[in-house]
Amino acid sequence: MNRFSVWRAKLCAVRILFIALAISIVALSHPRASTAGPFNSEYFELDNGLQVVVIPNHRAPIVVHMMWYRAGSADDPVGKSGIAHFLEHLMFKATDKLEAGEFSRIVARNGGQENAFTSWDYTGYFQRVARDRLEIVMELEAGRIRGLVLDEEIVRPERDVILEERSARTDNQPSSLLAEQISAAQFLRHPYGTPIIGWRHEIETLNHEDALAFYRRYYAPDNAILVVAGDISAAELKPLAEKYYGVIPAAGVPPRRRPEEPPQISPRRVSFTDARVAQPSLTRSYLAPGHGTEGGDSVALQVFAEILGSKSTSRLYQALVVERPLAAWAGSSYQALALDTSRFYVYADALPGVSITEVEAAIDETIAELLLNGPSEEEVASAKGRMQDAVVYTLDNPQSVASIFGNAMSVGLSVEDIESWPDRVAAVTRERVMAAARAVLRLELSVTGILLPAEEG
Amino acid sequence: MFAFTAVVRRFALGLCLILFVFVFPALVAAAPIAKVQRIVTPAGIEIWYVQEPNIPVISVSLGFRGGTALDPPGKSGLANFALGLLDEGAGDLDSLAFQKAIINRAIHLNSNASRDLVSVSLQTLTRNRDEAFELLGLALGDARFEAAPVERVRGQILSVLADEERNPRNIAARTWFGDVFQDHPYAQRANGTEIAVRAITPTDLREWARGRFARDNLIVGASGDVSPDEIARLIDIALAGLPAKAYPASVPEALFPSTGATQIIRMPLMQSMVIFGLPGLKRDDDDFYAAYVMNYILGGGGFTSRLYQEVREKRGLAYSVYSYLAPLQHAALYMGGVATRNDGVAQSLDIIRAEIARLAEKSVSAEELSVAKQYLTGAFPLRLDTGSKVAGILVQMQFESLGIDYLERRNGYMEAVTLDDIGRVARRLLDPARMRIVVVGDPEDLAADGS
Repeated sequence: MNRFSVWRAKLCAVRILFIALAISIVALSHPRASTAGPFNSEYFELDNGLQVVVIPNHRAPIVVHMMWYRAGSADDPVGKSGIAHFLEHLMFKATDKLEAGEFSRIVARNGGQENAFTSWDYTGYFQRVARDRLEIVMELEAGRIRGLVLDEEIVRPERDVILEERSARTDNQPSSLLAEQISAAQFLRHPYGTPIIGWRHEIETLNHEDALAFYRRYYAPDNAILVVAGDISAAELKPLAEKYYGVIPAAGVPPRRRPEEPPQISPRRVSFTDARVAQPSLTRSYLAPGHGTEGGDSVALQVFAEILGSKSTSRLYQALVVERPLAAWAGSSYQALALDTSRFYVYADALPGVSITEVEAAIDETIAELLLNGPSEEEVASAKGRMQDAVVYTLDNPQSVASIFGNAMSVGLSVEDIESWPDRVAAVTRERVMAAARAVLRLELSVTGILLPAEEG
Repeated sequence: MFAFTAVVRRFALGLCLILFVFVFPALVAAAPIAKVQRIVTPAGIEIWYVQEPNIPVISVSLGFRGGTALDPPGKSGLANFALGLLDEGAGDLDSLAFQKAIINRAIHLNSNASRDLVSVSLQTLTRNRDEAFELLGLALGDARFEAAPVERVRGQILSVLADEERNPRNIAARTWFGDVFQDHPYAQRANGTEIAVRAITPTDLREWARGRFARDNLIVGASGDVSPDEIARLIDIALAGLPAKAYPASVPEALFPSTGATQIIRMPLMQSMVIFGLPGLKRDDDDFYAAYVMNYILGGGGFTSRLYQEVREKRGLAYSVYSYLAPLQHAALYMGGVATRNDGVAQSLDIIRAEIARLAEKSVSAEELSVAKQYLTGAFPLRLDTGSKVAGILVQMQFESLGIDYLERRNGYMEAVTLDDIGRVARRLLDPARMRIVVVGDPEDLAADGS
């Protein structure tokens, strides 16, 4: 594995939760300032409230078909953590029309690939198929919006599967365990403090009634977004959407209200020591405004994250990895898309023989210097340019584009918000970057997590 | 694939491993096929190219024959170490200047070494194409390997190795390959060992680049919105100056152990990591397509495979269970794995052995074969949905000598597989008694055996 891929693998393995939403929104930029957006998306709504987005891309005769529900793990009832994710698994079981397993067999028989995913604010399901098979997967997806059938016999082995998933994803990975502790320490009241997959002792008690209750409450056309990207137009999709999804009645799903977090007034620290850790590392999470936060300047904060730590030319990487060197890797990321509070992260992995205290001091120094003197005009301009260029690459990837729309819309952004992103990036100034950063990168808004190796012997 | 998500239903590793096989399912009959052009540049370099006029991005994939298996004894990790230095200074540009040049133009320069092939890929916005190809040429032909970046990258690799020392998945994989391949270079770790990485000098790195990046072991695939003449011009900018010949190198054929064995590496984990393998078959074997379809049914295919159904769906023993063909140039493997709780390891392995034996004895049903072919043929276009995937496939087609019309012929190979073919290849490959198994964790009721 070479350094390029080491870098990416590190990001994937360790920071996946952290960089997640930041990456997709970094991509939402565009080189030209115009009223038409870069994605050429088309939008319509059905009478039952289903929102539909079509993003044409005619490279290959294929489409990606995604259904996003505005329900995620942060909507799990108290004591039932993991139920949104559990339900996601159970959605592949029986419906009133299909036996367990038939859904996936039909997708496979049609040369389709499928999967699903759960985050704090949404749950999504997708199939990738040849364009002429689109109607088949639409019929399948429509059938499980209201038609899921569950009993305890179906649920029992799947609960064991999820416990194994938790072992693989979290319990076998010290960095994931620390990430869980950081979130739990950051949120005193808000459910973002609870892991998406759930706490083990609560997963063990989840049953089919819990899953069905969540399902009935949130899975309805008026709480969903359909995104189709690829070799299709809205004019072609609309009759199909009406035929399969339009007939499902709205359920009157109320808007989500989560407990509000009290203001954070003091820095918090957690540490986790584990024999499986080779070298110390640090992850710090700051509460930050998101796109929906009044008075927040999330676009400027994205530019700041790019300057502080998104690449090997960034301030943190240059200071900690190249100039000193104290760390094997260092960087920052900003999760701009969230229904409620967002978060800004910095992280570094100490080199062998370097104490994490030294690493932390260097991080603090780098941030303090940048907050005091600000980035250069050139740094701001090149960061904005990179963000704008990134969108061109996403045009080459229907799956990424569809995910950007689904993700953003499931936390309340509109198609116009997404398409107009380039204009907002273009308008960011050095002063706005500094103001946004100074409002967020304050220790009293942070949780610092330290991962430590167990003492030898 | 799921960078934006936190939790997905199916273990992503399964998807990664499927890609590792380098087999491209055939086309849906009705779907138009990407048109592959063979171009020879003025300097004489062959390119396989797919023109895509609508997206202002150029993707290039380069293959250089010979991978980590060529790392000399005592210098394991050399290929990956050298690749890590490609963007750390070249020509007149020092490390920072080079990185700024690519990052500020949003140029993506990536590289990777498998056991048999070194891959370098470039993606650029079309408007930055001249600079991008000049930088690619510098990285391949004139990397500086200066002391400071060499030490920095060495530190990063040592940091990764320290993680790997404690990582159950990595421990399982390197134990398995070490056990099966012994002194053969395929047993070497891609990132090397700590001792080897510490021993590698800037001269070693420079010589490696000189010896491997050459015209006679180069394969080029590309996709973009420029004309054939233009892509030829760009490729010549980057590659015409490479030396004519790579340093001679060869890898001997490897033998698979004739008996089965189970090794247990005890670690205090709540979930054990299991890797197993059998002899497989090579990419040019007459039965390769039959084996590919067979594997889809046994453990390769999505949510429908037999292993997935028996181990995960019915019994809830695992989140991840899979199998895949791994045809290397000098060995052929049929690999699989499962991650399961410690009291489920023995049961999971019993089920996997029983499924392997059942398929060998009773083959598959006509219905299973039909569904497998429908999936494998129908899902093909999904492999061609981005420029970088297209460029990568074009390199693999050349590396495996599949022919420039492979994309059109592939469907037929898959359709031609019969029940008899599957029965034959299943009897040939699926012998549970030859399974080499490595378990990392704290499995209950399981004993090591064999040698």
